[in-house]
Amino acid sequence: MNPLDVPPDPAVPFQPRSGQRGSGFLTGPFRLGTTPSATVGPYLAIGLTWPDGDWAAAEGTPGGFWLRGRVLDGAGDVVPDAMVETWQADPDGRFASPEDPRGASSSPGFRGFARAQTLSGEFAVFTVKPGRVPDGEGGLQAPHVDVSVFARGLLDRVVTRVYFADEAEANASDPVLSALPEDRRATLLATPADDGYRFDVHLQGDRETVFFAV
Amino acid sequence: MTGTTPRELLLPRYVREDPAARTPVGFPDYRSTALRAPLRTPVDLPHRLTEVTGPVLGEDRVQPHDADLTWRNGGEAVGQRILVHGRVLDSDGRPVPGALVEVWQANASGRYRHVVDTWPAPLDPHFDGLGRVVTDSLGRYEFLTVKPGAYPWGNHHNAWRPAHIHFSLFGRAFTQRLVTQMYFPDDPLFGQDPIYNAIPAAARHRAVGRFSLERTQDNWALAFEWDVVLRGTEQTPFETEDDGDVA
Ligand SMILES: [Fe+3]
Repeated sequence: MNPLDVPPDPAVPFQPRSGQRGSGFLTGPFRLGTTPSATVGPYLAIGLTWPDGDWAAAEGTPGGFWLRGRVLDGAGDVVPDAMVETWQADPDGRFASPEDPRGASSSPGFRGFARAQTLSGEFAVFTVKPGRVPDGEGGLQAPHVDVSVFARGLLDRVVTRVYFADEAEANASDPVLSALPEDRRATLLATPADDGYRFDVHLQGDRETVFFAV
Repeated sequence: MTGTTPRELLLPRYVREDPAARTPVGFPDYRSTALRAPLRTPVDLPHRLTEVTGPVLGEDRVQPHDADLTWRNGGEAVGQRILVHGRVLDSDGRPVPGALVEVWQANASGRYRHVVDTWPAPLDPHFDGLGRVVTDSLGRYEFLTVKPGAYPWGNHHNAWRPAHIHFSLFGRAFTQRLVTQMYFPDDPLFGQDPIYNAIPAAARHRAVGRFSLERTQDNWALAFEWDVVLRGTEQTPFETEDDGDVA
């Protein structure tokens, strides 16, 4: 058969598996490949130590407390070379960020971001309880703190959320928390302690913390 | 719609990448991941206000000398002087201005200034391996340092990390947070390094800087260029049904 004798009307048109014609290079949105993540390694303290890292809210802020916890591995051992970062709204539910479309937080001394290391066996973040934040569907989320955990032995950060055990009513209607299997929700609850709350991160095991893909 | 319904907030949605295209959290050949990388599948978190906002960490965290790692304690670090430069972009190709970039690295001998690093390579009194810069209005960054050495790390017999610089970056949003490592072109140690090889093959080149002759400084320093791409938003403002109208 002459290779130029192409049937004019193929019985079945070409159907790419992607459901899209062509590679998308010309018709799809322009998109660069993202840079792959890597472990923070054992020496994160060289580059990522901040003297003020623990303070999401300024010392002395009314209602301020310490959020403390350990990061535990699959053998139940404390991970001493982890870094925990937290990000949250202020008590009015506003973020200290120009990306908050309602206007940034005006709480004095409120950064909403903290970075703490686990060298002593646990991390400690001084903060205030976040307010309720719209869930984007007309409701409100329960007070929560987004958390990133970095460590040697983690090739990407792992992300979780802190909720507060003493916010039972708000927690019951939170769309993220209530979508989780009931027996796993407790892994996201910080429990009241002497000077604030405790929240342990279990990287593996029966009590493995719920981690999120963001 | 009634008057009592709260006005919906128009929020960006950040691209959710195919997990197969991303570095996995755990990788068997990198032994420390065995007890640390979570074993359950992560739950998709919707991108709400907490996820699409992020802290402002700008110039106030950075001193002028933080962009020059070659001069500490009144003297000059030993090693091959290099200028590392590039842009921080999102995957839509938009520059990320005002982004805090924190870097740390071993010295020219492959030794970190850290109590846990005790392998017998010399410390350099004039090198601490810490740098910080903030991207300019076009998302550009640059810093001067010395080329880090390779170092052994005990993961397997005769395991050596290829030369690399650790990078930590904040974009605009919680979703854009990234900690990564920049490698140097054609490193002969790539083949045996599980941290490099954990990156999906199609994405590994994005972790490697490019030798940049055009920025090499006469009689002074070599230059390497490395762009960092953070996750962009799901839809671009230029998206249109009419493919004839691209203006
Ligand atoms: Fe390293």
